[in-house]
Amino acid sequence: MVTLRINNTPHTLDVPDDMPLLWALRDVAGLTGTKFGCGIGSCGACTVHLDGTPIRACQTPVGTIGDAAITTIEAIGQTPEGARIQQAWLAREVVQCGYCQSGQIMAATALLRKTPNPSDAEIDAAMTGNLCRCGTYVRIREAIHDAAKA
Amino acid sequence: MTHESSRRDLLKIAAAGGLMLGFRMGPARAAGGPFLPNAFIRIDGAGPVTLIMPHVEVGQGAWTSQAMLIAEELELALDQVALEAAPPDEAKYGDPLAGEQATGGSASMRADWLRLRQAGAAARHMLLEAAAQQWNVPATECTAHRGEIHHAPSGRSATYAALAPLAATLQVPDAAHITLKDPSHFELVGTSQKRLDAPAKVNGTARFGIDMQLPGMKIATLAASPVKGGKLQSFNEPAARAIPGVRDIVALDDTLAVIGDHMWAAKKGLDAAAPVWTASPNEKVSSKQLLADLEAASQKQGVVAKNTGHPDAALAGAAKRLDAIYQLPFLAHAPMEPVNATVHVRPDGAELWTGTQVPVRAQNAVAAATGLKPEQVTVHNHIMGGAFGRRLEIDYVRTAALIAKHVTYPVKVVWTREEDIQHDLFRPYYYDRVSAGLDASGRIAGWTHRTAGSSVLARWSPKDMEQNGTFDPDTVDGAINHPYVIPAQRNDWVQVEPTALTTAWWRGVGPTHNVFVVESLMDELAALAGTDPVEFRRQHLQDPRARAVLDLAAQQAGWGTKLPAGHGRGVMLQSAFGSYLAAVLDVAVSPRGEITLGTAHAAVDVGPVVNPDTLAAQVQGGIIFGLSMALYSEITVTRGRVDQNNFNSYRALRIDRAPNVVVHIVHNPTAPIGGIGEAGTAAAAPLLANAIYAACGKRLRRIPFEGQISAA
Repeated sequence: MVTLRINNTPHTLDVPDDMPLLWALRDVAGLTGTKFGCGIGSCGACTVHLDGTPIRACQTPVGTIGDAAITTIEAIGQTPEGARIQQAWLAREVVQCGYCQSGQIMAATALLRKTPNPSDAEIDAAMTGNLCRCGTYVRIREAIHDAAKA
Repeated sequence: MTHESSRRDLLKIAAAGGLMLGFRMGPARAAGGPFLPNAFIRIDGAGPVTLIMPHVEVGQGAWTSQAMLIAEELELALDQVALEAAPPDEAKYGDPLAGEQATGGSASMRADWLRLRQAGAAARHMLLEAAAQQWNVPATECTAHRGEIHHAPSGRSATYAALAPLAATLQVPDAAHITLKDPSHFELVGTSQKRLDAPAKVNGTARFGIDMQLPGMKIATLAASPVKGGKLQSFNEPAARAIPGVRDIVALDDTLAVIGDHMWAAKKGLDAAAPVWTASPNEKVSSKQLLADLEAASQKQGVVAKNTGHPDAALAGAAKRLDAIYQLPFLAHAPMEPVNATVHVRPDGAELWTGTQVPVRAQNAVAAATGLKPEQVTVHNHIMGGAFGRRLEIDYVRTAALIAKHVTYPVKVVWTREEDIQHDLFRPYYYDRVSAGLDASGRIAGWTHRTAGSSVLARWSPKDMEQNGTFDPDTVDGAINHPYVIPAQRNDWVQVEPTALTTAWWRGVGPTHNVFVVESLMDELAALAGTDPVEFRRQHLQDPRARAVLDLAAQQAGWGTKLPAGHGRGVMLQSAFGSYLAAVLDVAVSPRGEITLGTAHAAVDVGPVVNPDTLAAQVQGGIIFGLSMALYSEITVTRGRVDQNNFNSYRALRIDRAPNVVVHIVHNPTAPIGGIGEAGTAAAAPLLANAIYAACGKRLRRIPFEGQISAA
């Protein structure tokens, strides 16, 4: 049994300690907004926040999390930066297939929290771990700048 | 409401309409069935009007564009509609271009431009008629606006929902006799509308096939024989069953699946099972041999696809001659959502939840795997986390059904990324041999272009092969129908099937292959002639639409203005998918051979534009998808096994190297509508190759480009 604090709610889950957070969220807690893309920390689709820091849920065993606060895409809109990023994403029509966008939004929100007015280079550095096969990068850059100004 | 019940209702209504023909109804009945004027529209209550999408949403924005076409004629705002995936039904939802119910080939808007507007107009016509009957006024005095019919002289109005029961009893007008809106009165079509699927995709509520959750559902993952043709020989069942959460193990002929309470149990169980595979003749196959096969085949005469003028004489008499070989590698699709399917098999039927570009094929695959009849298989299609041609295949649906029929509960089968890439069906390797000649004035005298490679069509839809089944037109699409006037040209194709891999469609299909060859060749010939690449292309163009996009892209990109040392601008032009596209890209190449992508300007003419912002997004994304391929993508084989298995070995462009892409739209509303989902992808590789040549003088004829300059 592992108790995780997900989106400000404690979840007691019957899962082994070595289970990556990704599967605990998706298959056990039923929070499917966090996506499986690669399983090796290479694509960023599973990005969530641990005490506000972006992490790869596929590389984070639940036994290592303790009482750190987990925030997922389902609740990121409740933070001021998350809400601004989501609004900017919609205004710029960033999404295509949308599958990577949970992770993109989580990474962008963390960036904005740490760097309120990022340069293109800072955006590239923060977002380079998040793959998008549809190629929405042009609009991701624009949307992050928009959210920074909002 | 399920698809099955809506289909039954439709039949019921059709029968009722027939019986009631000519029977004038009184006021709207208190109770009535849904209004189903055609396969694309359902009005069954006061909520949103349900629009049924014949083409699937893979990210290209097709759902929003299809909704716009119907809503335009039905006089609905986009916040008054709900969208639903079409069930498998060839008769209702077949794509006339694809010849079946499929989404691909940049065909959606071409197929739907007329039929969905007609569908909306037919429904509007019937609702107007229903109102006229109810109020006993001429229909010509009634108007439709935002989901209501109004009668201005009497001030009466009624919602579509209120009129639906009466409208449902009226005869559906013949599509040929429906007057469509004059395009000058369009309120939605041609304006940038927000994507209807976007809000759910930014807050985590969008449901892809992989997000399926059902009561009692278990999750499976699998390993297939790493070499095609290998069979499952043995596995450690006790070890797998010892993993907590493992529920069942299903051994198929060439695949082992472990089913667990969650993906982690299934994955650990599969690792513990450590399957062993039998030997396969394909273990002798490697990329080196596959390439040697192609090279040898390209020495032979192939099936002739085009032969105009006297190409051999033109080459013999040419003032200057170029001989070149272009190569394009095997490619995986690697959509962000790994392939997956959820299947529940019961004695009386089966249900499938997945994302598929071919719902009828998927339905048939489940039927074939389970022994059920196709009509016993319900397909719940989903929006897809990318497809790029991968979901035109039903291998994963079939495998999931074969697994699910061994258990009584619903099972979600999820491929790991490693299995997804290694057991993809791959875009063929193309080996293209080209000879071209310039005359004394520096114009093209003629060329020959031979392609050696696999035919996807011969497997996927053999009935569409041409020349008595010997010729696959996709292998020369973009090579025989380029926009240039060439006095003598011969194209032929030699079929070579790689035994260790199965080949499949990939975004941009024929043009992604042939536009690379033709546009690289045009650039090489311009250099040989000593002519500016834009001017050289113009010299060989007569088509005004091709000239217009070329000129616009060149002008917007500042073609001809000076660039710093080490920078270069490349240009390309294509006519593909019924659309014209020209692009200019600037790149920098460092002395060490590092390529930095600058800005791309793309000019497009698709004829009428449905959703301009979506068009721009498709060109931006299409070009970046194609640049990913041009820089990095390559599937290779060693002893029958695919060498790449995840995003670290099968790389894709990331934001730090992504260029800015600016899209310029040529307004041409009276031309036939063209497709755009794949155009940018076809454009990207020659655009980059030509820019690299301009920057550093090195001509790259083999994809992928990364590493080729520094290696020189």
